[in-house]
Amino acid sequence: MTEKCYVARDTHVASRLMGGEMMIMSTRDSTLFTLNGVASAIWEAADGKTPLDEIVTDHICKEYDVSREQAMMDAETLVEQLASHGIMIVSDHEIVPPEISQVSWK
Amino acid sequence: MHEMGAKALRLGIPLAVQLDITYRCNERCVHCYLDHDDRGEMTTVEIEGLLDQLAEAGVFFLTISGGEVLLRKDFFHILEYARKRSFCVRLKTNALMIGEKEAERIRSLAVESVQVSIYSHRPEVHDAITKVTGSLARSIQAIRFLHQHGLHVIIANVLMVQNFGDYPGVRALADELGVQCTIDPTVTPMMDGNRSILNLGIDRESLKEVFHDTALVKDLPDSCSVPITADEEVLDSTPCSAGHTACYVSPYGDVYPCVQFPLPTGNVRKTKFLDIWNYSPQMNEVRAITIRDLTNCSVCVHGGSCSRCPGLAFMEGNMRGPSTADCEKSFARTGIPSENLKRKMSSPSAPTLVQIST
Repeated sequence: MTEKCYVARDTHVASRLMGGEMMIMSTRDSTLFTLNGVASAIWEAADGKTPLDEIVTDHICKEYDVSREQAMMDAETLVEQLASHGIMIVSDHEIVPPEISQVSWK
Repeated sequence: MHEMGAKALRLGIPLAVQLDITYRCNERCVHCYLDHDDRGEMTTVEIEGLLDQLAEAGVFFLTISGGEVLLRKDFFHILEYARKRSFCVRLKTNALMIGEKEAERIRSLAVESVQVSIYSHRPEVHDAITKVTGSLARSIQAIRFLHQHGLHVIIANVLMVQNFGDYPGVRALADELGVQCTIDPTVTPMMDGNRSILNLGIDRESLKEVFHDTALVKDLPDSCSVPITADEEVLDSTPCSAGHTACYVSPYGDVYPCVQFPLPTGNVRKTKFLDIWNYSPQMNEVRAITIRDLTNCSVCVHGGSCSRCPGLAFMEGNMRGPSTADCEKSFARTGIPSENLKRKMSSPSAPTLVQIST
């Protein structure tokens, strides 16, 4: 994965924090995913504008007792997994996720 | 999914809510349990506020239903708002107002599934039930649009005396359209308690036929085997998700444990949703009921396997009592009458006056 990596939640998902874990459903195929607290923090911060390394520094390293290198490796693995399931977008440049209200209505 | 439900139950979270945004409808189905007049629907702003509250309460699955949802001019605004709040949205509709652009819009808003009521594959039967000429053709066309746009479409087929023989045809239609089909032999009393429409329900023999149809029931020997009496674990369990992890909100803001359980617990126009959910005495009464508390059912031979609906029991007069519709289903599956049915079968006929001389 490149040094600067941007992540954004896909729009075809439903999600809700429940008891500290993020429940996510892909509305494409109704597959359900659960993220633990650390992964949930990354999910919530995935706005397409904040680089992953910044997310890790600000939301993981400050909150959890983990080295930056380890946290970065784990975060990269996570976002690759989420992207492979089509519920997260990963890019080497800023992502402007299509706002639901901006979807065309002819 | 089971794990998610168990967690919501443990945390007291309303995982699934059905929100009816209108009772108005452009069909007049013979078996419908609703009054279709508009008696003061929540405004757009009120619904937005409610959706905010539902998201805050932890609701994940939001079923938007009616009435016919597309009759509300702000339907797409409501849908868009719900998706922005990240609900997993499911729609129930007759689809009469869904053309290609509506289907495209619903898809773009990432709706999880769209349920469309189809009563028969034959227009003369379906249209007679909906009382709208041409309604079958329009609903089928809409299903094609929805499916073409990649939406998960579910045909819901309610079985009644009028359409009982047509369910294989509806299933074949669903196959042809490439969509899912569910079959439900339950006709629900009207929300005002009127039970006259129950006469439309299929009879005992037809019900037996459904429950023994190998095309519908995957594991027939298991499904129809000798029932299991409730054990200690079952006796301590709760009857269903109504009021535990699910509830229903009417177009007027009334909150009930379920759409089939019209026990008023509060109104979101007067009280915050979470206060109703957490503190309503009625909601807490529903929650307090375990299988052990059910008269008849706790000692019934079907106690361990019955699909008893507490809402139907409530509409029969006692939320702790049996639901005869479910007793009939258990009987149809196994041939063994429930405690409730045994009592009904042995009851003497109602006393009548016969005039024998003038």
